[in-house]
Amino acid sequence: MTEYNFAYLDEQTKRMIRRAILKGVAVPGYQVPFASREMPMPYGWGTGGVQVSAACLTPEDTLKVIDQGADDTTNAVSIRKFFEKTAQIAVTEKTAEATIIQTRHRIPETLLTEDQILVYQVPMPEPLRFLEPSEVETRKMHALQDYGLMHVKLYEDIARHGEIATAYSYPVMVEDRYVMSPSPIPKFDNPKLESAALQLFGAGREQRIYAVPPHTRVVSLDFEDHPFDPSKAPHPCALCGAEDTYLDEVITDDAGTRMFVCSDTDYCGARCEAAA
Amino acid sequence: MTPLLEVQALTKGYGGRIGCSDVSFTLYPGEVLGIVGESGSGKSTLLNCLAGHLAPDAGRVIFDTRADGPRDVLAMSEPERRMLGRTDWAFVHQNPRDGLRMRISAGGNVGERLMAVGARHYGDIRAQAVDWLGRVEISDSRIDDRPSAFSGGMQQRLQIARNLVTGPRLVFMDEPTGGLDVSVQARLLDLIRGLVRRMGLSAIVVTHDLAVVRLLADRLMVMKDGRVIETGLTDQVLDDPQAAYTQLLVSSVLQV
Repeated sequence: MTEYNFAYLDEQTKRMIRRAILKGVAVPGYQVPFASREMPMPYGWGTGGVQVSAACLTPEDTLKVIDQGADDTTNAVSIRKFFEKTAQIAVTEKTAEATIIQTRHRIPETLLTEDQILVYQVPMPEPLRFLEPSEVETRKMHALQDYGLMHVKLYEDIARHGEIATAYSYPVMVEDRYVMSPSPIPKFDNPKLESAALQLFGAGREQRIYAVPPHTRVVSLDFEDHPFDPSKAPHPCALCGAEDTYLDEVITDDAGTRMFVCSDTDYCGARCEAAA
Repeated sequence: MTPLLEVQALTKGYGGRIGCSDVSFTLYPGEVLGIVGESGSGKSTLLNCLAGHLAPDAGRVIFDTRADGPRDVLAMSEPERRMLGRTDWAFVHQNPRDGLRMRISAGGNVGERLMAVGARHYGDIRAQAVDWLGRVEISDSRIDDRPSAFSGGMQQRLQIARNLVTGPRLVFMDEPTGGLDVSVQARLLDLIRGLVRRMGLSAIVVTHDLAVVRLLADRLMVMKDGRVIETGLTDQVLDDPQAAYTQLLVSSVLQV
């Protein structure tokens, strides 16, 4: 297959994206604008993450793609096939074997290492957007570190629901400087944002790239008397029995019977295999 | 005594048109200054220049800051000015919709300034919000209601609570009673007067309602076509107006 340039994008575009990534790494949590390209998939299907992955891939890399923790969902399968076809790289479903992991809405349960890059697909990079519709104003707020409004949102949650009801896309403070949206990962995953791996965030439609370098301090916003709580469903996994993982609730028949299973299919599968 | 605010030759133009021209005055702690004049006389332009919402073309605005004494506000950096705007200063808009977040509860509106200056204890923020709603005569059972469910008078009182919660020293008011019916106006004026006296606030009140300045202001400034044409003690200006325009203004008030 020689019709495609390596990893689909042309070299100039990849350089442009790499420059944005480097700037993002240099200023953790800052949203770097970049000239997002048309990709052969619709916006909302991971165009940002795919472009960041394409710019990071080398022929020696091993790629893993997950969607809501699973390797076998439509989005994950098609993106994995896309890079198999356009870059002829090795792919895997095992977290530990991958060098680049593209993810939608989850962080793998297995701890990542310094040799790995985690690429997030981000639909809405601006954590302040639903509070302040103007981009001019939100940029100014970031520049001036003017983040009182973010806590007003959390205050409203407590006033209305008795607790901070934001369950995903829970805002974080990066290196005591920028408030950042961690993409729509469950807040259960927020503590894992302080990682040994390089984490890159790509938003294709919104044309923004941002990054959290390895071992960067990432703090979830909260109140002193309502501390951050990375909650999960109070069940063990019905397949592997794990009690410390994020669970999907699966409805199994029309009578409302349900089971809770790990959303990270690789982690769950490996535990089941080890037990068998 | 150091003036709280000293304004020197403040000028703002909109292209070829004059917004306000060569305005100078001083305001001392605890003093309330009224600015009157007809629509288009430059009152609001002046107020917005003072409060940092508009950048004037020339002049100086020197504010006696808590930390460093008198400083030129216009030479401050944007973060400093924003900080001033939510600690030592307050701005009460004519239309509460401009000054409130309509989709956020009353408690959140009052708490926003506290959170913006670093309050991170939900219980404390809420207790302060309850306290301030009480002071502006809003029942604490309404604390989780949105301002859109409030009457016009309540919205204006909520806006005042939201502004005063950080204990400012200088309050800018742009037609605070505009658009309210007279009985509500009277209660609001009573409230403002009480708060100003009790907290020892300084205030600059822009209005075209002479009754409002008679009640609130110690001193009065009359503006016409962007210039100050007369200043003096409120009673003196209203009872013995010197400039022709002021005489017209005073004699235009309808007698009931």
